[in-house]
Amino acid sequence: MTQSTPQTSTVARQGMLDHLVYVLRGNPVTLIAFVMFALILVAAVFGPSLVPYDPLASDSDHVLEAPSLQHWFGTDNLGRDVFSRVVVATRLDLTISVAAVALSFVIGSVLGAIAGYWGGVLDAMLNRILDTIMAFPLFVLAMGIVAALGNTIENIIYATAIINIPFYARLVRAEVNIRRDAGFVRAAKLSGNSDIRILATHIFPNTLPPMMVQVSLNLGWAILNAAGLSFIGLGVRPPTPEWGILVAEGANYIVSGEWWLALFPGLWLMIAVFTFNLLGDGLRDIVDPRKRT
Amino acid sequence: MPSRLKASLMRIAQAIPVVVGVVIISFLLTRALPGDPAVYFAGASADEASIAEVRESLGLDKPLIQQFFLYTGDLLQGNLGNSLSSGQPVLTDLAKRLPASLELTLTALILSCAIAIPLGVLAATRPGSMIDHICRVLVTAGVSLPTFFTGIVLIYVFYYLLGWAPSPLGRLDFIYISPDQVTGFYLIEAALAGDFEPWLGAVKQLILPATTLALFTLAPLARMTRAAMLTALGSDFIRTARAAGLSDGKILYGYAFRNAILPVITTLGMVFSFSLGANVLVEKVFAWPGIGSYAVEALVVSDYAAVQGFVLAMALLFVALNLVIDLAYTLIDPRIGFDAR
Repeated sequence: MTQSTPQTSTVARQGMLDHLVYVLRGNPVTLIAFVMFALILVAAVFGPSLVPYDPLASDSDHVLEAPSLQHWFGTDNLGRDVFSRVVVATRLDLTISVAAVALSFVIGSVLGAIAGYWGGVLDAMLNRILDTIMAFPLFVLAMGIVAALGNTIENIIYATAIINIPFYARLVRAEVNIRRDAGFVRAAKLSGNSDIRILATHIFPNTLPPMMVQVSLNLGWAILNAAGLSFIGLGVRPPTPEWGILVAEGANYIVSGEWWLALFPGLWLMIAVFTFNLLGDGLRDIVDPRKRT
Repeated sequence: MPSRLKASLMRIAQAIPVVVGVVIISFLLTRALPGDPAVYFAGASADEASIAEVRESLGLDKPLIQQFFLYTGDLLQGNLGNSLSSGQPVLTDLAKRLPASLELTLTALILSCAIAIPLGVLAATRPGSMIDHICRVLVTAGVSLPTFFTGIVLIYVFYYLLGWAPSPLGRLDFIYISPDQVTGFYLIEAALAGDFEPWLGAVKQLILPATTLALFTLAPLARMTRAAMLTALGSDFIRTARAAGLSDGKILYGYAFRNAILPVITTLGMVFSFSLGANVLVEKVFAWPGIGSYAVEALVVSDYAAVQGFVLAMALLFVALNLVIDLAYTLIDPRIGFDAR
C-alpha cells in the first residue's frame, strides 16, 4: 500500500480522481456541500471587506428594523447591521473550531500512535485516561475546563481540543495497531529504519484517510460546541460578533417578536455545521465506500 | 445465573477506576482555578492574614497529594463546598434542582424514543421509500441543529406567533402554587395530589423544552435503529424464519426487533450524555430552574465551587447511568454473562 513506485502512484492518483468524479456524480449532495464549504471559506477570508456595514457601528436612527433591502438581515437594538455581523463572525467561529480540531488532531495522533505502536503500559495508561475523559458529558467538561482555566477565547479552544482528543487518539491507535506487524513495516525495519521513522513515514500516512473524515465531522461539532459555550456567556465577549453571542442577544427579543436578530445567526450557524457534516459523509463515501449509507 | 451475576459484578468493578479518574480530573479542575484559590475564597476585602487563614482552612498549604486525599474525604462526606452566590452547600443546591433537570431530560428521551424507534423500524423495513428519505434527512439535519437555536425558534412559533405555549419562564406559571416538594417531579406530584390544573400547567411548560431536547436526540437514535434493523433483517435467522413460514409481524417484532434493540440501548446511553450537555443550553433558553441553569448562573458570577460540583455531579450521574444500562443489557440479552467477559 505504501511501497509504490512513481508509476503505480500516478495510476493510483488517476484512479482516485476517477473515483472522486464517480462519487460526486452519483452524489450531488456532496458536490453541494463542497460548494457551500467554498462559500463559507470566502466569508471567513474576505468577509470583513465584503460586508456593506461596519459590524460594530451603531446607528440610532435604524434600531430594531425588520429585514429590508438596505439591511438584509435587519438591524439590532443598537442599529447594527445583522448581516454584516453574521458574515464577519464566520472568521472567528471557524478560527476557534479549526484551531481546536487541529490541536486535538496533533495531540491525538501522537498519543494514539505511541500507544498503538509500542502498546504495553503506555497503551493501558492512555486508555484509562481517555476512558475518564469520555466519562464526562463532554459539553459539561468543556464548561468546567473553561471555568477552571479562565474565561478567554484561547481557553475555549483548549477545552474544545481536550474533549475531542479521545476520538482522534482512539482512531489512530486502532489504525496503527493493526499495521505494526504488517509486511511493509517489517521490511522497513529490516532495511534499518528507526521506529520513529517507520511510525512517521510508513504507518501514520495510512491513518490519514479515516482521520480526514473524522476532522470534517468533528469541525461541525466543534463549531456547535464553541457557539454553545459563548451562548452561555463563556469565551467571546460582546460586542465581538460571534454566532453563539448573536443568537443569545437575539433570544432576548424573540418574545417581543423581533425574530431576525436570532434567526439569521442561528440559521447561518446551522448551515455551516450542516455543510461540515455533509462534507464528512461525502468524504467517507470517497475514502471508504463500504460504510456508505 | 451465577455466571450472569459474575458478569454483573465484573461490570460494577470496571466502573471503579472510572470513578477514581473522574474524581482526579475534578480535583485538578478545582485546583487549576485562575490565580490563588485562597485569595479568591477569602473575598475582595481580605488582607494577608485572612488569606493565610483561608489557605490553611482549605488545606492549600499542604502538598498536592495530601490535598487530594482531603478533597476525596470531603467528597465522601458529600461536601462539595459552599456556593458563593446562594450561601448554601453546593450539594443541597444541586439536590434541590436535580429533579427539574431529570424531569426535562427523561421526558425528552421518552418522547424521542417514541418517535425515533418506530421511524427507524419503518425506514429499515421500507428501504428507498418516502419514509426512508424522511428518516435520512431528519438524521443529517438533526445532528446539525444547535439546541439553543431550535429552542428559540420553537418559542417564536408556538409562544409568540401561535400563542399555544405559555411564556417560556420556568416550570410552572406563577398562578399555580408549586406542588409539595416530595420527589421534585412536578408531573408526578401533581398527579399524586390529584390536581389536574397544575398538572396540565406543568405539562404545558414542559412541552417546548422537552421537544427541543428530543429533536436533538432523535437523530442518533433513529440512525442506530435503522442500521440495527437492517442488519437484523439481513441475517440468516430471519431468512430461516421466513422459510419456515412465520408471519411478517412475528418475524419483524419477535425476532428482528428484539435483536436490533440492543445497539439502540447502547446508543441511548451515549445520547443521554449528549443531552446532559445540551440540557445546559435548553435550560438557559427556557429559564428552566434545573442544575444546568444553576451552573450557568454560577459561571457568570465566577462561583467556582458550584460549577465544579456540577461538573462532578454530572460525570458521576453519567457513569452510574452507563452502569445501569450495561446491567440492563445483561438482563435483556441472555447471551451476555455466559461468555466470561
